[in-house]
Amino acid sequence: MIPYIPHSQAEISAMLDRIGAASVDDLFVDIPEELRFSRPIDLPGSMAESDVMNLLAAMANENRTKTLFAGGGQYDHVIPSVVSHLTGRAEFVTAYTPYQPEISQGILQALFEFQSAIAEITGLPVSNASLYDGATAAAEACAMVLNAKRKSRIVLTAGTLHPHTKSVLGTYFADLDVELVELPETSGRVELSTLTSALESAGEELAGVLVQTPNIYGALEDLTGWSDAVHAANGRFIVSAHPLSLGALASPAEWGADIAVGDTQPLGLPPYFGGPSAGYIACGKDLMRRMPGRIVGESVDADGKSAFVLTHQAREQHIKRERATSNICSNQSLAAIANVVYLSALGPTGFAQVSEQNISAAAELRRRLIDEIGLTDYVPGPVFNEFTLRISADRKKWDDTFADCGIVPGVWLSDLDESIPADLFSVAVTEKRTATELDAYIACAREALS
Amino acid sequence: MNVEEGLKYTESHEWIRVEGDTALIGITDYAQESLGDIVFVEVPEVGTIVAKGDEAVNIESVKVAEAVYAPVTGTVKDVNEDLEDAPETINKDAYGTFIYSITMADPSELNSYMDADAYKAFVDAQD
Repeated sequence: MIPYIPHSQAEISAMLDRIGAASVDDLFVDIPEELRFSRPIDLPGSMAESDVMNLLAAMANENRTKTLFAGGGQYDHVIPSVVSHLTGRAEFVTAYTPYQPEISQGILQALFEFQSAIAEITGLPVSNASLYDGATAAAEACAMVLNAKRKSRIVLTAGTLHPHTKSVLGTYFADLDVELVELPETSGRVELSTLTSALESAGEELAGVLVQTPNIYGALEDLTGWSDAVHAANGRFIVSAHPLSLGALASPAEWGADIAVGDTQPLGLPPYFGGPSAGYIACGKDLMRRMPGRIVGESVDADGKSAFVLTHQAREQHIKRERATSNICSNQSLAAIANVVYLSALGPTGFAQVSEQNISAAAELRRRLIDEIGLTDYVPGPVFNEFTLRISADRKKWDDTFADCGIVPGVWLSDLDESIPADLFSVAVTEKRTATELDAYIACAREALS
Repeated sequence: MNVEEGLKYTESHEWIRVEGDTALIGITDYAQESLGDIVFVEVPEVGTIVAKGDEAVNIESVKVAEAVYAPVTGTVKDVNEDLEDAPETINKDAYGTFIYSITMADPSELNSYMDADAYKAFVDAQD
């Protein structure tokens, strides 16, 4: 079997000769003898390609595909085949740091279009070429508002944020003179009155406020009056918005947000095992210089022809160096390209339709679970495609019954955060779930509770 | 590289024009040339109290982001608002473009700075 290493012995000898080394081992002479790996690697011997295929096929056959009604941050949506068809192109998949304008116009244009799409759906004019994920984006937005206001150190964060976001925020600001003050929920939402009294307590040191909608319970936060209150208190308003919900619901700009952030997984990326996805961030022109990450701009080349380049690079940490306000130096190009292909395939009309379909699909199952099965809402009121029920029945029986039905029925929220009551169960229903699948869920729920 | 008479100069390449108890501050021709095309100038708020050595201004060019430090202690009196739309004015006319001014709390702090000749010698020694 060939080892798939391209160098011939003659080429290796020629290279060694050129640099004055006697053997390849000579290149590792700086590694102490006692640290060198000197026994054979414990791997089975090689196999013929067809034997490998049979082995992997047998392993794959052990997989059980289940119908996903679980959300909690990652959702199972219909992904048009054009997404993988385009993102699978070698030019997109294999390019590493493809930002030299001379040879990367294709990727730069794709990322520019991603930025434009994010700006369009959030209503805020400036966006970047993506961040790592939604939690990072939220943390970076908090850093932006802290840096934008001298001597500020307090950020008010909604108690209904996703626990992973809270965790990342905690890590980001652990060793800095920053205070994250949580706004407690009232029956699954954060009330305006909670916000206003917290704003008063924060006083001069307030940098901004972060809220997520829909929140961890799937409930839509009512942000009426929030931006006025935050701005009156001389703070800035950050809204973490589910991107797919923006096809049907009010945009962060309409809520008066200064910065919008979120996770782009629902836009054309499978749930995988929790990643990869991308984070998005958008803001007004006043905060553009504080935004971290890469920004693609449209310019003209030496011949006056339109061209795309990375722009405003003096913001970036490799230029600001010891004066950098963020460690971000990368993005999620391939994920962002999947997102823009998805949005382009749908167009504004399709985007609005998919968003509406999510709302009605979830409303349908929610109504049936309450009316036909007798379960209760934890948070009544409007949701997008996810809702939280109280399930006081035996958890093991619930989980096992659904496992036998081939359905993942949802997420026990206490698994994400121990402080959340153990009977709260979050169910996600996307446009991908069929009427048959909903019927199967109802039948299985009846059995699980019998 | 221009050096203008009648100004005070710091080792971090700021010039100071004294008018009574006010110090008008900008950056030298040497500084603007090193920075390259300036694209953004972040000025302090009028009324801010600064101590000598505090980071007062941020200047971004196409290739670098630099801080400009307050050469004297005092209160920010005035800022050049034109720099928001036309930051490149500093490149075109470094000495004619003030960035901000400070009402000095202690004018004797100026004594430690260079005059035009001393600054010219200082810059020549740098290169």
